[in-house]
This record gives sequence, structure tokens and C-alpha cells, in this order.
Amino acid sequence: MAFKIDSRVGVTTAYRWRNILSNYIFLAPVVALNLIVIVIPSLTSIYISMNKWSGLNQPEFVGLANFERLINDPIYWKSLSHNVIWTIFFLTIPVFMGLMGAFLLSGIKRFQMVYRVAFFIPYVIASVVNTELWRTLLHPRHGIGAWLAKQGIEGFDIRVFGSKHTALYGVAFVDSWHFWGFLVIVYLAAMYQVQPDLYEVAILEGASRFQRFRHVTVPGIRPTLVFTLLMIMIWSVPAFDYIYLLTDGGPAHASEVLGTYLYNMSFFRFEVGYAAAIGVTMALITACIVAIFVILRRRGWEI
Amino acid sequence: MRLRSGRTETTAFNHVILFLLAVFALGPVLVLFLNSVKTSEQIAANPFSIPAEPRFDNYAVAFEKGNYVNTVKNSVILTAGTVIGVLIVGGMGGYALAHLEIRGANIIAFYFLVGTAIPIQLYVVPLFFIWKTFGLLNTHLGLIIIYCATSSPFATYLIRSYMVALPKEFIEAAKIDGASKFQVMTRVILPLSWPGFLTTGLIVGLGVWNEFLIAVTFIHHPDLKPVATSLRAFQERFTRDWGLTNAASVIMLLPVLILFLLMQRRFIEGLTQGGMKM
Repeated sequence: MAFKIDSRVGVTTAYRWRNILSNYIFLAPVVALNLIVIVIPSLTSIYISMNKWSGLNQPEFVGLANFERLINDPIYWKSLSHNVIWTIFFLTIPVFMGLMGAFLLSGIKRFQMVYRVAFFIPYVIASVVNTELWRTLLHPRHGIGAWLAKQGIEGFDIRVFGSKHTALYGVAFVDSWHFWGFLVIVYLAAMYQVQPDLYEVAILEGASRFQRFRHVTVPGIRPTLVFTLLMIMIWSVPAFDYIYLLTDGGPAHASEVLGTYLYNMSFFRFEVGYAAAIGVTMALITACIVAIFVILRRRGWEI
Repeated sequence: MRLRSGRTETTAFNHVILFLLAVFALGPVLVLFLNSVKTSEQIAANPFSIPAEPRFDNYAVAFEKGNYVNTVKNSVILTAGTVIGVLIVGGMGGYALAHLEIRGANIIAFYFLVGTAIPIQLYVVPLFFIWKTFGLLNTHLGLIIIYCATSSPFATYLIRSYMVALPKEFIEAAKIDGASKFQVMTRVILPLSWPGFLTTGLIVGLGVWNEFLIAVTFIHHPDLKPVATSLRAFQERFTRDWGLTNAASVIMLLPVLILFLLMQRRFIEGLTQGGMKM
């Protein structure tokens, strides 16, 4: 009798295990793909970063030499500072425009859909097309600047992407032109979750449009706002497309960021080990951003 | 403002600013279209002019010299291959996370969040050499595998969010009728959550069509290049002929624009909700 019960328990446990195991089969493809393409190469990168390797010859283990070189590489620090400028640019101008656009949109009913579509269109256009478009528009002899000069407004017919003073900001402008409409839609969706009563109270108390924005809308969409700021910081680390396409980091590294520096280092200068070291630092920066976010959240920040 | 009471505020201010913002967003796109039917001289004379005799010829020339027959075919293969692959992989994963008992589901969900934050530069270099070793460089399959992987966390998460919303009763009823997990997925879940698949497919497809960095790194053979990277090569080749390069850009943009205008609700829903609420 006891034996029988035992065996039955055994069967059900085995069945249960098989049942649970078969659940994982559904997850296996997506996990395997991510392991092969993202996780394993990422870990390999850490090993490569400790080697001197051109990609062709035998890798030579050099310990942390690549990281020492990195600390003394002025172009690395210049690139990193450009990533910081890039991040600050995106945290301010597109966010401000996104908030303004969404707030104004939440106040109207007619044509709302038309505006939403209009703002969103640049976001679905490819980087290769957007950069071509703005290269034409900002061309010193064919573009807006030249046209203004002909109308008698001098001073804008400059080589935006060719000057070391304007290249980085020019590229950031083009990328943010493509991006801000996305924020409008995200913030607008969040604004519709804010209690309408709060606005009514604010209006009854005589709050101006700006005061309502400041004291009702912004606190109301705070979780979304903070989340977008976090995502902008995370997305700014690997920034690549627009810079590569418009200036390729030039002139003279004036718009170089970590992404373009690493890319040229590995695929054009064949310093694969050194490039991997740059990649590892980029991942560490991202990890720090995520960690700060998690710590602030644990400390009770409502984000 | 959305007021329940009868008091309304004037919205003229909103419309003025919104109109200016719309001009800022669409004006440059409009200029691209205008310039695409002009000569370089006409563009240089006035980039905003409406050409008296539009040179639609630019499109034919760009289409032929840019070898668009071939590059569009390549992009369609890459886009379709990735969308199909991602929907299968993401659909299975989404189903498991939404309706099956998975120990460690939190860890996987956490990976999907962190995985999308990993900068591509961390793994693109080793991946390049791994792909080289396995002969996957300069192949569409190699690129499709990468695209499937990079878009799978997002796709799985988005599809899962649609599947979670399905009523449990349907699944229970099917189980009582003796359906296996696989049958539940294909016969019950799939027909009910197709909007999620459509939205995910559109967004993944858009991403692949527009993608640049991975394509330029892994495909060097001119005959295998998708539209994005061959357009780049075209721009560099005809750098002085603005009308032509603008026309070539419009050819790449047009299918996206038409699809977006037809299905803008789905695009916006997927890109904002799926992308931001992870």
C-alpha cells in the first residue's frame, strides 16, 4: 500500500516536472536567440577588451593595458564629453518640445489626430533619409542659409556640419527633429491618465494655463516623464546613426562620440581589442545609469 | 482644456503653436519632396520653390542607377524574414510568459528590460567575428538572425501584453476539451491576439526597413545591400546631384509613409505603449 502511494507521488512529480519543462520549450527560441546574438558576444567583448587584436592576427593577452590606454586617450574623453552634451541636449530641447506639444494637444479636440500624425511622421523616417534631407536644407550654398542670405539676412549660410563649432549641435538638432514627435505622443497618452477633476479645481482657483501645466500636468505624468528621461539617457550612450551619416565624428573629432569612435577603431583602424574596451566602458556607463535609477526608486522616489 | 463644465477656453493659442510645430515637423519633408523633382541648379536657386516643370524623370533615373529593383528585393527579404521569425519566436515567448507557469519569469522579464539597454557597440564587434567564422557575413540569413534577436525582447513583451488581456475562460475551456499547450496557442490564443501580432509586425518591419548600423556592418556585397545602405552609397556617388539623391530618398521613404498613414493608429499604439511601458 505504502509502496503504491509512493510510486503515485513519484509519477505526479515527474509529470509536473515534465509539464513545467515543456513550458520552457516555448521560451527556448527567444532565449537562445538572445544568448547567441547578444549575451555571448557581450561577454566575449569583455575578454577581447583584454587583448591586443587586429581581428586578423593571433590575439595577445595584455590584461588591462587597453583600459590604461583609454584613460590617457584625449579623443576618448572628448568623445565621452560629446556623449554628455548629446544627453543634455536630448534631455532638454526635445523633452521641452514634447511636453509643450502634448499639453497644447490635450487642450484641443479638432484636428488633434492631424497634428499627432504630423508630429509623428519624422519619427518613422529612416536616418539615411532624414540626414539626406537636412544635409540639403543646411547646405551653405543650396539650403536655408543661402536662401536667407539672398533675402538679405546674412550669417546663416555656414557649413553647419563642416565647422567644429557647430557640427555636434547640428547633428543633435537633426536627430532631435526626428525624435521629439515621439515624445509628444508618449506624453499625450500619459496626460489623458491625469484626473480631469484636478484641472477643474485648478481652473476654479484661477490657475493660469502655465500654472496648470506646472502644478497639475507635470506632477500627473511624472512617472512617464522620468521614464522617458531614463530612456533618453540610456539611448544616448550608443548614439551612432545620425553622427556617422552626417559627420562621421568630424571635423577633427569635433562631433566624435563613443559609438563612432569605437566603430572606426574596430572596422577601419583594426584595433579590435581597444574598440572592445571602449564598448565595455559604454556598457558600464549604461549599467551606472540603470543602477542610479533603481537606487533612487528604492529610496522612495516616485519614479 | 477638457472641461466638463460649460466653461471653455479659447484654443486659438493652441492652434497657432501647434500649427507652427507641424510646419517644423513636416516642412522639411515637404521640401524633400519638392527638391526630388528639381535639378541641382533649381535647388541652388531656391530650395523652397515649387518647380514649374517637375522633373519626375529624377525618380526613374534614381530607381535605375540606384539599382532599386535589387535593393528593394533585398529589403523585402530582410523585412519579411525578420517579421516572420520574430512573430514566431516572440509569439511563443509571449504565450509562455502570459499563460504558462514559468519559474524565473521575472528574471526573463528583467533581461528583456536590461537587454534592450545593452549598447549595441558592446556586442557588434565580437558578433562580426562570430558571423565571419560561421560564414554568415554577407548573407541575408545572417542579418535576419541578428534582427530577430535585437527586436525579440520588444516583440515578446508587446505580444505578451496583448495575450495577458485575453480572458482565461477560453483557454480553460480548450484545455478541458483536451487541447495541448501547442493547440491552445495555435487554435485559441493566436486567432484572438492577432492585433498584437499585426502591430508588432508593423513596428519590427519598420525598424528593419530603416535599420542602418547592423546592415552596413554585416553586408558589404553591393548586390545584397538593403535600401538603407545602398541609398547611402548612392548619396556618396551622386553627392553633387541633389535632385537625384533626394528622389532616391523619397523612393525609400514612400512605402513607409503610405503604410504609416494607412495604419497610423497601430503604429503609434505599438511604438509608444510597447516601447515605453516595458
